[in-house]
Amino acid sequence: MISAAVLRGIGSLTRARAAFTAPLAVRCYSHAKVETDEEFDSRWVTYFSKPDLDAWELRKGMNTLIGYDLVPEPKILDSALRACRRLNDLASAIRILEAVKDKSGPHKEIYPYVIQELNPTLQELGISTPEELGIDKI
Amino acid sequence: MRRTRLCMEKMLASRALVRGLQSGFWRRVSTSSAAWAAHTHDVDVVDCSVPQYNNRLDTPLPDVPFVRNLSAEQKKLKEKEKGSWTQLTKEEKLALYRLTHELSFAEMRQGSKEWMTVLGGVFIFLGFTGLLVLWQRIYVYGDVPATLSPESVAQQTQRMIDMRVNPVHGFANKWDYEKKQWK
Repeated sequence: MISAAVLRGIGSLTRARAAFTAPLAVRCYSHAKVETDEEFDSRWVTYFSKPDLDAWELRKGMNTLIGYDLVPEPKILDSALRACRRLNDLASAIRILEAVKDKSGPHKEIYPYVIQELNPTLQELGISTPEELGIDKI
Repeated sequence: MRRTRLCMEKMLASRALVRGLQSGFWRRVSTSSAAWAAHTHDVDVVDCSVPQYNNRLDTPLPDVPFVRNLSAEQKKLKEKEKGSWTQLTKEEKLALYRLTHELSFAEMRQGSKEWMTVLGGVFIFLGFTGLLVLWQRIYVYGDVPATLSPESVAQQTQRMIDMRVNPVHGFANKWDYEKKQWK
């Protein structure tokens, strides 16, 4: 003899089970918009392209960029090198190239690619690579 | 009354002596180190209230350049830097780099052979300790008890066999009681 209350309880259970077959697309992720790679790149290119960028902003931008878990795109580096030119700072330009090589870590093919992409800018501005100056070795 | 006055005078005199020593001695030391602090490298007195130079792989552009006080020649080079960089020779570019940075990335990454020195030192001291322990064993410790002599051990073993110590899996199990020998 099953009481009416128990029957009612079982009934609600069976009804609730139907709700668990809701669509799986609704997950508990953050609702923040994820920035695409292109947006990231253009944001940084714009940062370094500021005509009156001062030395502090260049240093801050570069140090922050190197802090990220990525190797910056050649177009960002091009913008940064031109900023060094505006600030008459050759040493920082060479340092940026060194930092890119260091950032690529074990992926040895990244740095030659970056240099190849930046070659027109390097020739135009007269920036020597660390290899040309011999500071890539002890 | 007179004694306390004398005491006070002595105290004041000694305090004045100390003060004089302090102002003379410390003032000289502090001005010279302020002069040294114009270099940004290798100082005993580092001014932590202003940005300092640092060699870090994760901060490629340090807050201040390495060399702050430029000689006339270096100032000329800095002026030349304001023009086209294609006019600079390799040596000039290298000089400009070294003015702003103490160590290149390669120099920052290089290790040293210090670990060999450390390991060698550790072994030397361990060896020396071993010698001390050996000396101690020979000259400090007395004789070992008589019960460790071969005769005493034989008697002890015989007693253990007679007692049937660990007869199932252990000691007496390994003795063959018929043949009166070890199995």
